Amino acid sequence: MIAIVDYGVGNLFSLKSSLAAIGAEAVVTGEAEVLRRADKILLPGVGAFGDAADKLRATGLDAVVIDEARSGKPLMGICLGMQLLFDKGYEYGEHAGLGLIPGEVRPIAEVIPADYKIPHIGWNALRFTGRKSPLFRHIKEGDCVYFVHSFYAANCDESVIAAAEYGAELTAAVQRGNVCGCQFHPEKSGKVGLNILRAFCED
Amino acid sequence: MITKRIIPCLDVKDGRVVKGVNFQGLSDVNSPVELGKYYSDNGADELVFYDITASHEGRRLFTDILTEVARTIFIPLTVGGGINSLDDFDRVLKCGADKVSVNSGAIRDPRLIYEAAKRYGDQCVVLSADVKRVDGVFRVFAKGGRENTGMEAIAWIKKGVELGAGEVVLNSIDTDGVKGGFDLEMLDAVCRAVSVPVIASGGAGCIQDFVTLFKTLPRVDAGLAASIFHFGEVAIPALKARRC
Repeated sequence: MIAIVDYGVGNLFSLKSSLAAIGAEAVVTGEAEVLRRADKILLPGVGAFGDAADKLRATGLDAVVIDEARSGKPLMGICLGMQLLFDKGYEYGEHAGLGLIPGEVRPIAEVIPADYKIPHIGWNALRFTGRKSPLFRHIKEGDCVYFVHSFYAANCDESVIAAAEYGAELTAAVQRGNVCGCQFHPEKSGKVGLNILRAFCED
Repeated sequence: MITKRIIPCLDVKDGRVVKGVNFQGLSDVNSPVELGKYYSDNGADELVFYDITASHEGRRLFTDILTEVARTIFIPLTVGGGINSLDDFDRVLKCGADKVSVNSGAIRDPRLIYEAAKRYGDQCVVLSADVKRVDGVFRVFAKGGRENTGMEAIAWIKKGVELGAGEVVLNSIDTDGVKGGFDLEMLDAVCRAVSVPVIASGGAGCIQDFVTLFKTLPRVDAGLAASIFHFGEVAIPALKARRC
């Protein structure tokens, strides 16, 4: 069973529907016990880094997610959920993340040319970095996925498994052992996105 | 690099997809759920659903259908039509919409854009404008293109973006339904005025019209059309192979 962490941030409807579409058994939950029982955990999120980190801490689920991840349970963060996996984020101030992957979350404005639109929104191609991650075993390099974000994961080169070109190389996906994350929205990325979720769920 | 988006638009009335020519003479085309899934499975980059229902029952039916559509598609979903308040944003977002498009509701009360952007983020708010030339001036029309608001279009769109709209859909009433190509002159004027993504709507008749659009105006981010996709005159996979 896959547990989707519900901590009051964003709409989990599409994510749950996409897991149903690939035949994965999933529950949306805000209960620590369900997260502990789950085989895998999905951490979604939209909005601002600090606000989401605060909400996750307020539910007390941050400690559970960290414990489960450290004990080896597969964990995937999506969009802001991926950003929360890092040490800290700089969206409206400096905020602590979960510290599961070394690195920090910074504005894309710092690295892209001034005439590029922000947010980075739309379909962009994935470039695999390093050895191909098992997460991508059902897709190929160059496949496009759907992004909506104004911040990106920086100083995390050793964990990056895919990047997207947008005037700069932006972190598209990361993995460190059993913990992984996608900056893009697999649940909004058509067949390619479903194939990434399928790889995570069947691992 | 970001790809140019191809967006089928589904006008929904009383639970069915309809599409008129020049906004009049609606004809029943297909089921919104079936058509939505077909597009999601066949390469559409995004879907737009417009609720053109007037009645209360029609609106409830639309909301039910929207939930069903959102459950079966896995691409971004934008919903418009009858969005007049934050409650309307809330209603369609809860059904699974990713973005909400405002038109007449924002013309009546522009603060709706600001309030919605503040609550849901700029990326969630799409300003849709129906624009027509009147005595050589671009004018904004309300109520599905029936009512001249007298507002100059470029100024209105700029204002909408300043208030927080994260994207603009420009629908040229002059070229809509004519199938003679997008309104490049009008689109160019909008692209020069705003820095958020601009979606071209109205006038596409064939694949070449999209190719011309993106080649002539590289700052246009997406092309939207309805009947040419619904009736199979343009196949999306073939179009996407040539769009850049």
